[in-house]
Amino acid sequence: MSNKSLVSINDLSKEEILDLIEKASHFEQNPNRDILAGKVVATLFFEPSTRTRLSFETAVNRLGGRVIGFSDASTTSSSKGETLKDTIMMVSNYADLIVMRHHIEGAARYASEFAPVPIINAGDGANQHPSQTMLDLYSINKTQGTLYDLTITMVGDLKYGRTVHSLLMAMRHFRPRFNFVACNELQMPLEYKEFCQANGIEYHEYRDFSEEVINETDILYMTRVQRERFTDLLEYERVKNLYNLHNSMLDNSKPNLRVLHPLPRVNEISYDVDDNPKAYYIQQAKNGLYARQAIICRALGIDC
Amino acid sequence: MTKINNDSLAVAALKDGTVIDRINPEVIFKVVDLLNIPNLKNSVTIGVNLDSKHMGKKGIIKVADMFFDEETLNRIALIAPQAKVNEIRNYNVTSKRHVSLPDDIIDIVRCNNPKCITNNEPMKTLFHVVDRNPVTLCCHYCEHKVDHNELTLK
Ligand SMILES: Nc1ncnc2c1ncn2[C@@H]1O[C@H](COP(=O)(O)OP(=O)(O)O)[C@@H](O)[C@H]1O
Ligand SMILES: [Mg+2]
Ligand SMILES: [Zn+2]
Repeated sequence: MSNKSLVSINDLSKEEILDLIEKASHFEQNPNRDILAGKVVATLFFEPSTRTRLSFETAVNRLGGRVIGFSDASTTSSSKGETLKDTIMMVSNYADLIVMRHHIEGAARYASEFAPVPIINAGDGANQHPSQTMLDLYSINKTQGTLYDLTITMVGDLKYGRTVHSLLMAMRHFRPRFNFVACNELQMPLEYKEFCQANGIEYHEYRDFSEEVINETDILYMTRVQRERFTDLLEYERVKNLYNLHNSMLDNSKPNLRVLHPLPRVNEISYDVDDNPKAYYIQQAKNGLYARQAIICRALGIDC
Repeated sequence: MTKINNDSLAVAALKDGTVIDRINPEVIFKVVDLLNIPNLKNSVTIGVNLDSKHMGKKGIIKVADMFFDEETLNRIALIAPQAKVNEIRNYNVTSKRHVSLPDDIIDIVRCNNPKCITNNEPMKTLFHVVDRNPVTLCCHYCEHKVDHNELTLK
């Protein structure tokens, strides 16, 4: 119904991705502009998420719009058994745009089919989180000066990590080369390897997180290895520290290498990396603000 | 037009109606379900484990005085891709065709992901066919894949 919704990164063409990156760079230069004056944006967080919600709400506030919404579904009518459809239709009466996070997968896609206002998916369970992917792409482009021909090494939980799957698919336009570094239980799923093959994308798989792999890398994309992902807890104990990054491991890395992480991190990046100029994860999160400002303006059809 | 050959009629002959032939016997009751046969008023004959020169053993469904629309018949391709549909008029086979799977499957299959919106909201399911042989579907909403051997009907 509202085709300016953003539900999945795969809904965006290469041109739209590049356009959003360019718009985001304008917002980085000047994040405070009054272009959302008179607009009301609803942030509906059926599942709590502090980071993403603060980032979206800051994006709206810095552009002069107003925010309504909730950050905890237990306080809403959905906890009384109201359908998602009724909640979305009700909020559509008040807001010009809905940003939603839901633990139920496909919730945003469904909402975008009937809502009279555009929907931005801020995460639907293990499925999609397109603004995260946009900020990853923005960060890669900004630190490397291009999205093309980069070697991207993904480390940690490649099986369940939705950010690595979405990033992998979005990079298909830009001739990437991937290294997948993970333990046996958390390998990159077959369907994504088949996706690489079908798109002529070179990839290599490693069990060892070695300096050899780091040294040929442009983007080192770290993810968290969570205990609850393991069927075999002995395997978890064996591997839990094998995919951690320490500062000394970056000694012979390429000068342009940057370390990314979708946050929150626990111990997969040790704190001695933070002061290395190649550490980029905090700035990466900040870029989320600009990427979201660009996504919001696209959804509302505002030229910026 | 084929003249009936009474020797090959393992079950009662129809004057007019539809014969769905060459159904894998293991899925015959799923097909019965899919066509909503228990709720029909028409007389229906179901044959199972009949000898078939094409597939060893087969199942067959004969529905008197009824012709299904193409969309309904194509749903059968989901579970019995080799099925053949014969329309009978005045004891003669007047048309024969294979079922063919549509690109989108609307509100027939259930998503196996309990966290999918389609299992949590009163709504239709929608799957895209990503592979035909063997059948693999992808849920339009949660994007989970469903294999032919884990298909469950709504
Ligand atoms: N008048 C009829 N009533 C019921 N079933 C029929 C009739 N005519 C043909 N059939 C059945 O329809 C199917 C297709 O018939 P036919 O064209 O003879 O065989 P096939 O497609 O197997 O070569 C067979 O299962 C046959 O038994
Ligand atoms: Mg025959
Ligand atoms: Zn689903």
